Amino acid sequence: MTETVDRELGKARTRKEDARLISGRTRWTDNITLPGMLHMAILRSPVARAGIGKIDTDQARASSGVVAVFTGADLAAEQGSLPCAWPITEDQKSPNAPSIADTTVNFAGEAVAVVVARSAAEARDAVDLIDVDYEDLPVVLDLETAAGDEEVIYPELGTNCSANWVFDSAQAGSGGDVEDAIRDADVVVRRKFRQQRLIPAFMEPRSVLVDPTGPQTTMYSATQVPHILRLMLAMSLGVPEHKIRVIAPDVGGGFGGKLQVTPEEFLTFLIGRRLGKPVKYTETRTESLLAAHHGRDQIQRLTLAARGDGTITGLKVELLADMGACLRLVTPGVPILGAFMFNAIYKIPAYHFSCTNVFTNKVPTDAYRGAGRPEATFGIERMMDELAVEIGVDPLEIREKNWIKHEEFPYTTVSTLTYDSGNYEAATARATELFGYPELRAEQARRRENGDPVQLGIGVSTFTEMCGLAPSRVLGSLNYSAGGWEHAEVRMLPTGKVEVVTGSSPHGQGHDTAWSQIVADRLGVPFEDVEVLHGDTQISQRGMDTYGSRSLVVGGIALVKALDKVIEKARPIAAHLLEAAEDDLEFTAGSFGVRGTGAAGVTIADIALAVFAAHDLPDGAEPNLDSEASYDPENFSFPHGTHLCATEVDTETGAVRIRSYVCVDDIGKVVNPLIAEGQVHGGLAQGIAQALYEEAVHDEFGTLTTASLADYLVPSAMDLPRFTTDMTETPATSNPLGVKGVGEAGTIASTPAVVNAVLDAVRQFGVRDIEMPCTPQRVWQAIQGGSK
Amino acid sequence: MIPAPFDYAAPSTVEEAVTVLADAGEDAKVLGGGQSLMPVLRMRLAAPTTVVDLGRIPELRGIREEADALVIGAMTTHDEVCRAESVRAHAALLAEATHTVADPQIRHRGTFGGSLAHADPAGDLLAPALALDASMTIAGPAGRRTVPAAEFFVDFFTTALAENEVLVEVRVPKHTGWQAHYEKFNRVAQAWSTVAVGAALRMEGGAIAEAKVGLTNMDTVPVRARTVEAALIGRPVTAEAIREAARDAAAGANPGTDANADAAYRTQLARVLTARAVTAAART
Amino acid sequence: MRITMTVDGTSYTDDVEPRTLLVQHLRENLGKVGTVIGCDTSNCGACTVHLNGRSVKSCSVLAVQADGAEITTIEGLERDGQPHPVQQAFHENHALQCGFCTPGMIMQSIDLLGDTPDPSEEQVREGLEGNLCRCTGYQNIVKAVRAAAGELGAKR
Repeated sequence: MTETVDRELGKARTRKEDARLISGRTRWTDNITLPGMLHMAILRSPVARAGIGKIDTDQARASSGVVAVFTGADLAAEQGSLPCAWPITEDQKSPNAPSIADTTVNFAGEAVAVVVARSAAEARDAVDLIDVDYEDLPVVLDLETAAGDEEVIYPELGTNCSANWVFDSAQAGSGGDVEDAIRDADVVVRRKFRQQRLIPAFMEPRSVLVDPTGPQTTMYSATQVPHILRLMLAMSLGVPEHKIRVIAPDVGGGFGGKLQVTPEEFLTFLIGRRLGKPVKYTETRTESLLAAHHGRDQIQRLTLAARGDGTITGLKVELLADMGACLRLVTPGVPILGAFMFNAIYKIPAYHFSCTNVFTNKVPTDAYRGAGRPEATFGIERMMDELAVEIGVDPLEIREKNWIKHEEFPYTTVSTLTYDSGNYEAATARATELFGYPELRAEQARRRENGDPVQLGIGVSTFTEMCGLAPSRVLGSLNYSAGGWEHAEVRMLPTGKVEVVTGSSPHGQGHDTAWSQIVADRLGVPFEDVEVLHGDTQISQRGMDTYGSRSLVVGGIALVKALDKVIEKARPIAAHLLEAAEDDLEFTAGSFGVRGTGAAGVTIADIALAVFAAHDLPDGAEPNLDSEASYDPENFSFPHGTHLCATEVDTETGAVRIRSYVCVDDIGKVVNPLIAEGQVHGGLAQGIAQALYEEAVHDEFGTLTTASLADYLVPSAMDLPRFTTDMTETPATSNPLGVKGVGEAGTIASTPAVVNAVLDAVRQFGVRDIEMPCTPQRVWQAIQGGSK
Repeated sequence: MIPAPFDYAAPSTVEEAVTVLADAGEDAKVLGGGQSLMPVLRMRLAAPTTVVDLGRIPELRGIREEADALVIGAMTTHDEVCRAESVRAHAALLAEATHTVADPQIRHRGTFGGSLAHADPAGDLLAPALALDASMTIAGPAGRRTVPAAEFFVDFFTTALAENEVLVEVRVPKHTGWQAHYEKFNRVAQAWSTVAVGAALRMEGGAIAEAKVGLTNMDTVPVRARTVEAALIGRPVTAEAIREAARDAAAGANPGTDANADAAYRTQLARVLTARAVTAAART
Repeated sequence: MRITMTVDGTSYTDDVEPRTLLVQHLRENLGKVGTVIGCDTSNCGACTVHLNGRSVKSCSVLAVQADGAEITTIEGLERDGQPHPVQQAFHENHALQCGFCTPGMIMQSIDLLGDTPDPSEEQVREGLEGNLCRCTGYQNIVKAVRAAAGELGAKR
C-alpha cells in the first residue's frame, strides 16, 4: 500500500467543499423554503427570574397573517423537558427544563410565547403585540453567592447546587494524598482564577425548519448533532424514532454551540406537527447571543505544592461551575472533562479535584470549543508560570523539570488516563527556535531596564488534551448516557466511484476532503471519485456526530475499518477473476495482483463492475462490495504542543498587542496539513479572544449586556496577529492511522499563553493576576495597583 | 431582524424634506446613510411611523470649496470625505478622523451629516468638527439658520436640530497647511472609540503656533481641550513639552463610565492620547 | 413600493414594503440566497454585496434605497463558468472553513483590491475589519487576498 500512502495521506489537498461555498451555492437551513411554509418568532423574557402572570395574546392573534400563538400553557402537556444526557452523580439535582416557560422564567432570553405567521415579518410584528405580566423574583447571578444558597432558585430542589463531583488520587490508587503533599511542600502556590463566560458565536445563526407533511417528520437544523437530535426528539417528545428524519444541511460553524438539543428545535417540531405545515424558525444574532448556550464560566481555586527545586508534589483543584438556569445536553459533564486534564503533561504524584455545579439565572452553559479542557489547561499553565516565578526559574525550565519524558510513554497519569505517546521535548525545542526565545528574553530585559513605556512579556503554554471522544466504556464509567463510537459505510458503485457515508456530521471541518483522501489512500481510487455523504438520518442512520476533536480519530478509523472490509470482500472475487489463490494476492494501489508476478491485476473498480453484473462470481459470493463499520476507540488520543506568545503591553493605556505567536503542535499523523493548519489558526483566534476580548456580561438584573456583536467582541482581522505554526509528528499508537485530533488544540493552548505573556510584562509592577479578558482598563488598573 | 413597518418618503429637495417631516410629526425619522439608524430599526429600538430618506436630494451631496471654508453636504459619504483632496488639504483632521470611522462598507454608505446629527458621543467626527470650528447649516419650516458646532451638540444623542429640521451642510473653516492627527483608542477595530483625540496644529519654525484639540467620548458631547490648546502655543515639539501640555487634557470634561472604561481611566486615556495625537500631528 | 434593480445582470421589478432590507429582498424575493445574514448590527459583514460598484452591508440598506441601483452578489462573480480570481484564491489558500462569512469576505476583498491593487498584509487586515470570521483566524484569508492581488496584477 506504500505507493498510495505516499500519494494521498499527508497531502495538502484543497477542499472539495469550497466550490459551492465560494460561489454562494449553499444550503444553509435558512435558505430552504418549502411550499406552504410558515414562520415562527419567539417572545423572549426580558427578565432573568419571574413568575409568569397573565399573558395577553389577543392582539397578536388578530394581527395580519398570524396563524397561531402558543404559550407554555398551550404546550404544557406535550413539551416535556429538554434532555440532559450526562447525570454526573447519582444524586444530581436537575430542574425541569421546558422549551417554553410555563409558570416561571429563569433566565433572560427564555421563550415565553411563540407566534406562527405567514411571513417572518408578520410573526415578529405580532410578537411585539403580546403583553406579559412578569412577577419579579430575586435573581441569582453571582456564582459564589449562588453556591451559598442565600436565595434558592428552585425551592423544590432545596439548593442551587446541582452536584458535587470528586476525584482523589489517594482514593483512586493512582497517587498520594494531596493534603500530605501540601503540608510537606517547600513551596505552595495558591491562586483563584475566573474563567469568564463566553459565547460560541458561530457565524451562522441557528435555524430550524420542520416539515410534517411526509411519512416522517423531517427536521432541517443547523446542528452539529443530527443523530443525537433525532434520538432526543424521540425520547423526549414521545414521537417514534422511525417517524423522525433529521437533516443537517450546510452548517455554518458550531464550536460546541450547536452540540445541543434546543428549545427552538423542540418548539418548531411540536408546532409544525400540530399545525401540519412546514414551520421555519431562524434566530436573530441577538437571540443567538441570548439564548444559545454559553461556555466556560468557572471559578477555579488551585493549590500547587512543590519542592524547593520546582518538582511538583501535588495539585488540588476546587471548582465552582456555573450551569446557568438548567442542565442542557452535556452541561454538567463539561467541568468533569477538565478533571482529567489539570495534571496535563506533568508527573504529579498527588491530585485532588472537586467540582460543584451551581445554578444561576443565566442561560445554560454547555460545550464550547475544548469543553472543560481549556479551563483546566488555563488553570495548570497559569500555575506553572506562578511556580516558576516563586522558584525563580524560567517558565520553560519548570515545565521541563516536571513533564513526562518522551521515553516514559506510555504513561499513566495521576488522573488515571494512559497517554500513549508524546514528545514534549521536540515540540518545545522547535517552538523556542521559531520564536527566537533567547532574543526576545534579551529584548524584554532591555525594555525593563530602560523603563520603556511599552513592556514585553513572554507567555508559555505546554498543553495536552484528551481527544477522540470517546471510549464508550469510559463514558459509561462517567455516567454519560451514550457511547462514543462512530460509524462509516462505503458504497462501491458499478462505475468504480465510491460513496462514503459518515456518522460524523461536519460544519466546516472539511470531512469531505479528508475522508476522500482516506478512501483514495486505502482503495487506490482517485480522490475525485469519492463522494462523502453525511448529516441526513435517512442516508446516515448511525452516528455520534462531530465534537471533541473526534471526527478523524474515531470516525476516520471507522472509515478505515469499513474500507478494509470492502477490500476483504473483494479479495475472493479478485482471486476468482484472476484464477489465483486468495493467499497469493496482494492489494496495491487499487489493484489485486498475484504477488511477485508483476502481471496486470484487477482493480477495485473492475471488481465493483463484476459484482454489479454478478455473472461470474465465486459460488456463494454476495453480489455487493458495500461495507460498514462501527468503531469504538480503545483510548483517547493525546495531541500536545508548545505555544509561545510575546505581548507588548502599553503601560500608559493598558493596551495589549500580540507581537509574536508561535505554536508547534503534535497531532500525530496529518491527513491534510492545509486543513490541520487551518484548524489551529481558528482555534488560536478563539483562545486569544478569551484572553483579550470576549466576555458575556450580565447587569445586576441578569440582562445580558453583550447581546449584539457590537458588544460581544469577536475579534476581526485587525485584532489578531499573524501566527507562526509548525508541527512535530509523534504518531498515536492507539489507532491504525496514528492520528490524534486537532480541532480544539489552538483554543485550549492559546489562552494561558497570552495571559501568561501579559502578566510576564507587568509582574514587575507587583501585578499577580489580571482577570480575563485582559482589557486595557484592567491591565492599566492592575499596573496602577488598583486591582491585585 | 426586520424593522417594524413604516411609511417611506424620498423627497428630492431640502424644502420638500422639511415639509414631509412637518407633516409626519414627531414619529418621523430622518434616514441619512442609514448606518446608525438601520441597526436601531432592526433591533426595534425605534419604530418610526415615517422614514424620510434624504438620499435622493442632490443638494445635500458633495464638497465645495469657498474662499475661506470647505462646505460639506450633509449626505456626503465618509468615503467621499476620505477621498477628497480638498479635505486633505484644508481640513486634514477631518480626513484623518473619517478614515477611522467604522469599516469600509459602512464608510461607503454612512454620511458626514448623519454622524453629526446622530450625535453619539463616541462618534469620531464630532470632536474634529468642534475642534475645527465648523458650523452647521440647518433647514426648517422658517428657512435656514447656522449653528456653530459648539452649540450644535447639546447632549447625548441630542443636537440643536428640531424634529422638523434637516442638516443641510457643514461649513469647515480652511485650516490649510495645518498638520493633524486623530488618535483613536478602542477595544477591537470595530468598536466605538473608548476615547479618541483629534489634534490640529499650525507649525511655525518647528514650534507650535496654534493648536486645536478635540476629545471624543469624554463627555455627553464632544469636548474641546482648551487648556491643552493654550499650553501648546509657542511650545517646541519635544516629548517633555507635549506631555506637560497634555497633562490637563480632561480638564472641564465629565467622562462617563461604561463597560470599557471608568472616568479615571478615561481621564488617563485623554492625557496619553492627547500627547500622542499632538506628537503625531507635529511629525506629519 | 415598486422598485427596480439590476442584480447580477438581471433586472427585477418588485413591490416591496418600505421596511424590507436589501438583503431580505435579495434572499426572499430574488432567490439570491448566496448572500447571508449574520447579525443585526452591521458588524459581521456576511451580507456584503456591491451596490453601484461599492461594497455595502446589505442588511443596512433598505431595498427601496437601492431602487435603480446595480447590485452584484457572490452569485454574480463567475465569468464563463470560471470563478473570480478572489474566489479561486480563497479556495487555493484554504481561506474558508464553514463558509458562512465567505460571500461577504469575498465581496469585500474584491472591493478592497479595487482600491488597493497590491495591498500589504496590514492593508488587507484593515480592509476586512468589517467582516467577521469565526473559523479561520483570518490568516489564510489575508493570504488569499494577497495571492489574488498577484493574480489580478498579472492579468492587467
